[in-house]
Amino acid sequence: MLYAILCYHDEDFVGSWSKEQDAAVMDNLRLVQDKLVKQGRLGPVARLLPTTAATTLRKENPPLVLDGPYAETKEQLLGFYIVDCKNLDEALDVARDLGAANPGGAYEIRPVGVFTPGGAPK
Amino acid sequence: MTDSAWIDAALTSARPQAVGALLRYFRDLDVAEEAFQNACLRALKSWPQNGPPRDPASWLIMVGRNAAIDEVRRNRRHEPLPEDDHAISDLGDTEEKLAERLDGSHYRDDILRLLFICCHPDLPPTQQIALALRIVSGLSVKQIARAFLVSEAAMEQRITRAKARVVEANVPFETPGAAERSERLAAVAAMIYLIFNEGYSASGDTAETRKPLCEEAIRLARLLLRLFQGEPEIMGLMALLLLQHARAAARFDAHGQLVLLDDQDRSLWNQKLIAEGLALIDKAMRHRQSGPYQIQAAIAALHSRAEKPEDTDWKQIDLLYGALEVMQPSPVVTLNRAVAVSKVRGAEAALQMIDPLAARLSNYFHFFGVRGALLMQLGRSEEARVAFDRAIALANTSAEAAHIRMHLDRLIRDSSPSGEKISKK
Repeated sequence: MLYAILCYHDEDFVGSWSKEQDAAVMDNLRLVQDKLVKQGRLGPVARLLPTTAATTLRKENPPLVLDGPYAETKEQLLGFYIVDCKNLDEALDVARDLGAANPGGAYEIRPVGVFTPGGAPK
Repeated sequence: MTDSAWIDAALTSARPQAVGALLRYFRDLDVAEEAFQNACLRALKSWPQNGPPRDPASWLIMVGRNAAIDEVRRNRRHEPLPEDDHAISDLGDTEEKLAERLDGSHYRDDILRLLFICCHPDLPPTQQIALALRIVSGLSVKQIARAFLVSEAAMEQRITRAKARVVEANVPFETPGAAERSERLAAVAAMIYLIFNEGYSASGDTAETRKPLCEEAIRLARLLLRLFQGEPEIMGLMALLLLQHARAAARFDAHGQLVLLDDQDRSLWNQKLIAEGLALIDKAMRHRQSGPYQIQAAIAALHSRAEKPEDTDWKQIDLLYGALEVMQPSPVVTLNRAVAVSKVRGAEAALQMIDPLAARLSNYFHFFGVRGALLMQLGRSEEARVAFDRAIALANTSAEAAHIRMHLDRLIRDSSPSGEKISKK
């Protein structure tokens, strides 16, 4: 079974780390990741840009675009896509297509800051 | 991460919200600050033992508030203050009421008020910046003094004066209306940009010391944008700061001399900051509600997108500066535009554009730097020399002077106009 591990933390708190502290945390994480890579178990890993860079598409008819991250608590995270796009408009087009195929709920569109494709886990 | 590093980061990130809320309760900057200090001291004792609270900001607000009320009560026992009686019993709320107050409905306006107090129009810019760094960012007087290259005593005095003026200014504590809020937002954005420029315009020995000012400005802009997610100009401001700061590592050589944009090693540019800046411009543009920060960010973005200097889209930059000139007419904007014009339409056209500025920019270093470079390009060596001499006399830093001297040397070496390029910071 593949498991997704979703990372949550206080953005202000993480943002107040110094460059050195941030690098130290990333190094520690890389040790754990390297072990998983050797075992052929690690898929893609992404560090997202801050929520200030996020846009949300409410899958209504017509779809509604809102600045900022997805903020509702009555809906749950059910899945995610990683798509290569030239800019936000292109990403919104993809999200609209997906939304037309599956209306209801919302997509949060957030640029990826760091991405490692990882191996192909079995 | 060690306990103390963790706690430091938590206290720093909770500070604007906590001090903002305490200021709303006590309506006195000194009392609010002291209450926050007390709460921090208790956090340093309590958190390592009991573990971090779920919501550090609320914890600090509650503990800070109680500590300050105790303090008032203790003082009252020694000398009764009958007039304050009403205010004190008013503050003695039940926990339930406090929880309601902490639900975040005030969050935005608390932080905005705190920022706004620091950039009150009655305060000169230097005091605004010092106050914001002390009150909102929580930098020590020593740190701020160092960044401004003044003595600690002088900085202490500057901050004390600023605080006194804030009290006189009497900023209202009621939740602001929409128009008032938008005015506050614009003033705060301008103050954040000032902080950034204090760091960005430094060079030579002081560049490294003053770099934290850029980082602090970015942190404040991020805070502001999170509170006002749908404001395109705040997105523009944030993008502008990120895109400019992305070039930090390439802007100075090993001797601390300024390296101009054309000569920078672009592989040193921070691509992660650039990516975030570009993402924010994308978001802002969807609003079709242009503004000066967005335009300046778009100009910075065009530089960031060029892998080599010759890939720069000067035509688009010229158009953007044209739009900025209409929105925010200023001889400095026209001067910047002239640099783009020289690349698109040649030095003659650029020179014609800046000639009318001579009277207004007669004491402006960059005017004579650009003018000299244009004249040199046109082979008018003698006039170029005069302009460069004037620029050196007006240089603000040794790096600026050194750069012009380089031009002068070149002028003396070969008076032929071929292939000379004008550079822009």
